[in-house]
Amino acid sequence: MRLVGFYIFAAMAALLPVLFPDNYFVIVIGASAGLHVILAVGLNLLMGYAGQISLGHAAFFGMGAYASAILTTRFDWPGLLAMAAGLLVAGVIAWLFARPILRLRSHYLAMATLGFGIIIHVIMVQAMQWTGGPDGLAGIPPLNLLGWTVEGDEQWYGVIAAAMLLTIWLSLNIVDSRMGRALRAVRGSEFAAQMMGVDTASAKTQVFVISALFAAFAGSLFAHQQAFVSPDSFNLMVSVELVTMVVLGGMASTFGAACGAIALTLLHQGLVVFEDYEMLIHGGLLMAVMIFMPQGLFVGLSQGVRRGWTAFRAVKSAVKKCVEPVGK
Amino acid sequence: MPEQLFQFLVTGVTVGSLYALVGLGFALIYNASDVVNFAQGEFVMLGAMTAIGLVTAGWPLVLAAIVATLLTVLVGLLLERFAIEPAWGASVVATIIITIGAAIFLRGVALLLWGKDFHALPSFSGDAPIHLGSATLLPQSLWVLGGAVLLVTWVHLFLNHTLMGKALLACSFNRAAAQLVGINVKVMLRLAYGLSAGLGAIAGILIAPITFSSYEAGIMLGLKGFSAAIIGGIGNPMGAVAGGLLLGVMEALGAGFISSGYKDAIAFLFVLMVLFFEPTGLFGHKVAERV
Repeated sequence: MRLVGFYIFAAMAALLPVLFPDNYFVIVIGASAGLHVILAVGLNLLMGYAGQISLGHAAFFGMGAYASAILTTRFDWPGLLAMAAGLLVAGVIAWLFARPILRLRSHYLAMATLGFGIIIHVIMVQAMQWTGGPDGLAGIPPLNLLGWTVEGDEQWYGVIAAAMLLTIWLSLNIVDSRMGRALRAVRGSEFAAQMMGVDTASAKTQVFVISALFAAFAGSLFAHQQAFVSPDSFNLMVSVELVTMVVLGGMASTFGAACGAIALTLLHQGLVVFEDYEMLIHGGLLMAVMIFMPQGLFVGLSQGVRRGWTAFRAVKSAVKKCVEPVGK
Repeated sequence: MPEQLFQFLVTGVTVGSLYALVGLGFALIYNASDVVNFAQGEFVMLGAMTAIGLVTAGWPLVLAAIVATLLTVLVGLLLERFAIEPAWGASVVATIIITIGAAIFLRGVALLLWGKDFHALPSFSGDAPIHLGSATLLPQSLWVLGGAVLLVTWVHLFLNHTLMGKALLACSFNRAAAQLVGINVKVMLRLAYGLSAGLGAIAGILIAPITFSSYEAGIMLGLKGFSAAIIGGIGNPMGAVAGGLLLGVMEALGAGFISSGYKDAIAFLFVLMVLFFEPTGLFGHKVAERV
């Protein structure tokens, strides 16, 4: 029962290329949406469940991508080993950074994570000899998975969809574990959680590291898929987008975050046609959704449907009451 | 070395006073509404771009500056009325996204109005550098410094010595109590947004001849202003001013002695260090969490 949503999601991911065969648009945007889902699901563990905000998550995404890019192009490491190194780097940095930063609250935490993201971005732009500077690094070799080389948009769609399903499955399990319950207790009230015997500092550190690992994993895949990385893919606006995906879907729901990621990916594709008006519409929509549905798009919509249904039932029973005496 | 140091300090204080004004705007809005307004930097950009647009259209500088400031104040009031007030009581994350959305929206408006090009105002009183011992100073820097001193002093006097300013401060301490003693909290909220939009616009106009302005110019300025407010302990107006000056000086020293490319990284590293050792900023009052 717990995994019903997961199977539906898996079926959707598998059916998409079947329903739209040879459709370049669906495959490419599907792959991009899949990467965003991995990022949003990971960030949701931190934001939705543990109640902490991160405005610098693109930094970890970038660490994974640059680790893969630098190690494969400059040191000829195999892709999987470079990916593992990227995960290690992101995980260790997140772990070192977590304790001092997660002591902070609300706006102070937002500031610290934002500053962290900007520092990492500046390093990507400035450390030319390693990162290629603002022009980025090109010529990243295709990913080799135990003898099978991932090539072409269809194969990449398959790999990213599998990775996405893996992260969703992991996230669902983490949420239902002892750790997930500890995190929810932290979100409810950190103080109460401590009184119940939860080691809140270590719970927050763990979830910060896990969400950094998810992001670095997505980053490695992104680097190989694009065969090119540049700092623009990991700037502040990307961090903001990630937060928006989580909030848009409705916090503290793995599928909410996944749907938010897909919705925002599609929105961006849709807005491209408006060219110069893109920013205007993007900003306006962000404001409107948050003002009218602060619970998130999907929670907001489902509540609306439920409220509508309840209202319909109430009207129906009222009509019945009026009609019944007449019938008798 | 010492003469260089003096030059960097002069530059740092000039930039710092700009950050101080933006930070002051952050603090005012935060005090009144518990919202961190990520569109604060866009007020600076709008002020500068509107003034530049009007001057280019042949308006005299003073008139253009006044009209640009008033228009930006209007934008601040509209933001409060149509984006902040309807979302009253929303979570911290929701308000952050609303104001970021507003910032993107305003950037989008600026892009449509003025395109992607960089624009600048002519200097208010010439470009002949003034020699101050070993350091040189642009006349425009004096305008920025003087403007900042005047505005900060005025805000300080307003908050502490006028009935309206005291009412605004009262709202920041306890909104319900302020309402009970007859303060119209809604009016105070609008006052805070109008005031900080105005401060931002004036800061933008003063700095426009030195740094070129474009539709994207508000992003970094807003973040630095937010940093200033955080260093000072958010919600402490004069703390934000001190934080802004400190941040400007640190940034200038870092750019001068270490690397100008890493300027922004050094500024934010400084902010992180402050937060690691003083989690509520340098001048923030420690608030006990209510369980």
